[in-house]
Amino acid sequence: MSATRAATPPHTSRRADGAGPDGARRGSTLRRHAGLAVIAALLLVAASYNLEPFRNFQLATVAAYLCATAGLTILTGLNGQLSLGHGALMATGAYTVALCQNAFADAGMTGGWLLPVSLGAAVVAALAVGAVVGVAAARLRGPYLAGVTLAVAVVVPALAVTFDGVFNGEQGLAVPVEPPPAFLGVYFPYERWQLWVTAAATLLALVLLANLVRSRYGRTFRAVRDDEVAARLAGIHVARTQVIAFVVSAAGAGLGGALLAVLAQSVSPGAFSLTLSLFLLMAVVVGGLGSLTGAAWGAVLLVALPDLTHAVTEQLTLSPAVAQRVEGNLPLAIFGITLVVVMIAAPGGVQGLLSRLARAVSARRPGRRRP
Amino acid sequence: MEQGLALHHIGVRFGGLTALDDVSLRVPPGRVVGVIGPNGAGKTTLFNVVCGFVPPDEGSLTLDGRPLRPRPHRLTRLGVARTLQGTGLFAGLTVLENVMTGATHTARAGFLAALLGLPRSDRDERRLRRHALDVLDSLGIAGHADAAPGTLPFAVRQRVALARALAARPRLLLLDEPAGGLGGDDIAELAELIRGLPRRDTDPCAVLLVEHHMDLVMSVCDEIVVLDFGRVIAAGTPDEVRDDPAVADAYLGAAVDEAAA
Repeated sequence: MSATRAATPPHTSRRADGAGPDGARRGSTLRRHAGLAVIAALLLVAASYNLEPFRNFQLATVAAYLCATAGLTILTGLNGQLSLGHGALMATGAYTVALCQNAFADAGMTGGWLLPVSLGAAVVAALAVGAVVGVAAARLRGPYLAGVTLAVAVVVPALAVTFDGVFNGEQGLAVPVEPPPAFLGVYFPYERWQLWVTAAATLLALVLLANLVRSRYGRTFRAVRDDEVAARLAGIHVARTQVIAFVVSAAGAGLGGALLAVLAQSVSPGAFSLTLSLFLLMAVVVGGLGSLTGAAWGAVLLVALPDLTHAVTEQLTLSPAVAQRVEGNLPLAIFGITLVVVMIAAPGGVQGLLSRLARAVSARRPGRRRP
Repeated sequence: MEQGLALHHIGVRFGGLTALDDVSLRVPPGRVVGVIGPNGAGKTTLFNVVCGFVPPDEGSLTLDGRPLRPRPHRLTRLGVARTLQGTGLFAGLTVLENVMTGATHTARAGFLAALLGLPRSDRDERRLRRHALDVLDSLGIAGHADAAPGTLPFAVRQRVALARALAARPRLLLLDEPAGGLGGDDIAELAELIRGLPRRDTDPCAVLLVEHHMDLVMSVCDEIVVLDFGRVIAAGTPDEVRDDPAVADAYLGAAVDEAAA
């Protein structure tokens, strides 16, 4: 294969081959990603009219989780930094949005611009926490990094309990959210509005993250992941790159947490336990590490799995106490087993499996240049 | 003003071990300088001093007469690039992306431009891509641009590593055992390539070479510095070094005898 390519004059082979799977495209990155986001938005709006309210709510939850998994997959998949603490970064965003919304409500302020401001504040708060953790993380490798992020996962929810004057302890805070705007009509389903709001925020975040992944920053993230010494010699400031990756990732997690809080209209420490952090990590691995599409699969799994186990436990005849315990732990068990199976059978995760499938199909199609 | 890289009386100690002792050498523009010596002579330490991985305990470095306090990630900005032993390629990046990474310091678009996907960032990427393809082209491996490094033969990977270093448009190229793991024909081609680097039309560069492979060193270097136990025991043209009795004693003895036999 290489021999035949080398035989053709380099300039023509260059044209024929394109130049790499990423970024060979000529058009504008922004236009392409924004276009995809608009298509996704139209599909979601169409779906929101055809799905029952509960499904709308579930879809909104997927979107919220997707912000967090997308952030995590950039950090862990592209930059090679393991974080067991992304649940805590989600909590940071969730509590910030709660505090902001409450402050706005107490001040008697109303208006459509309040929620975006609160969400922005949540992202900024998560950014700040992410920057602090990221600076520490950039000095740590492997198990030490895992240890520090684990500590963050445990400490942040505990802070919410300790400072119960502000965060109202285990009870948590209510998140007052305004009803859909009046021009949508009186009978506009609230769940549909929730999906719209969440999807809009998520798609915006995804466009930005996708832009970044396609830019030289995405390449630098991966270079640092693969070989730090070679990266430094190639002119990359390794520590700075790692902090940037952490901060970007934290921003995603913060937005995800904030959206979850807005959806649930409440926030409590129990919702952001260590289990959530582990779930997020498993979701991005099972979905396909390092790809935003993989992060989307992971987010779907995060929402679908508890639903699925609920359906399973309903089929079994169990005493209510046992059923509750099984339902609480079954998702974790299933996720764990899935993770092991995925690692053995398809290390690329769902997304890896799909793209392998797509390649196999396109290879069978006649008239393809590439073997 | 003294052009090129110069090391002045460099000394490095690791605890009680003297890795480099009073080492001075110069790499003027347009020259290929080789550093040879037995294992543990301090060759790699010397490279690490020039790259800033190891700060010297004594002595100083200058680049074009200006004092040089190297930091690894600033080197390419100063016009110095280095290849690593083995290849040190980024396994998860394509060949083209590997080479584009080498020119990271020439990127102008900032973080915001990248995040927003502004045309400025796209233009930057297109320019890097063109440049990387040109470099691959000049080394005759443009056909492998899309490949993952792991799928390529070692000789090609070695060349990709060289392309990544050259993508930085260095004035001085540091080659760390470029012939390691290569066969005879590949080494002959590599020698040709290295000899051509200071004389090529676009981005010519001086070369500082650490190498075990004696034929390669003798055939490409204008000047050779011989290290033993961290000290310079001989320096000069390949012929001078070959005839130096101290070198024969310390290092080349066996090889010269073999060649004569």
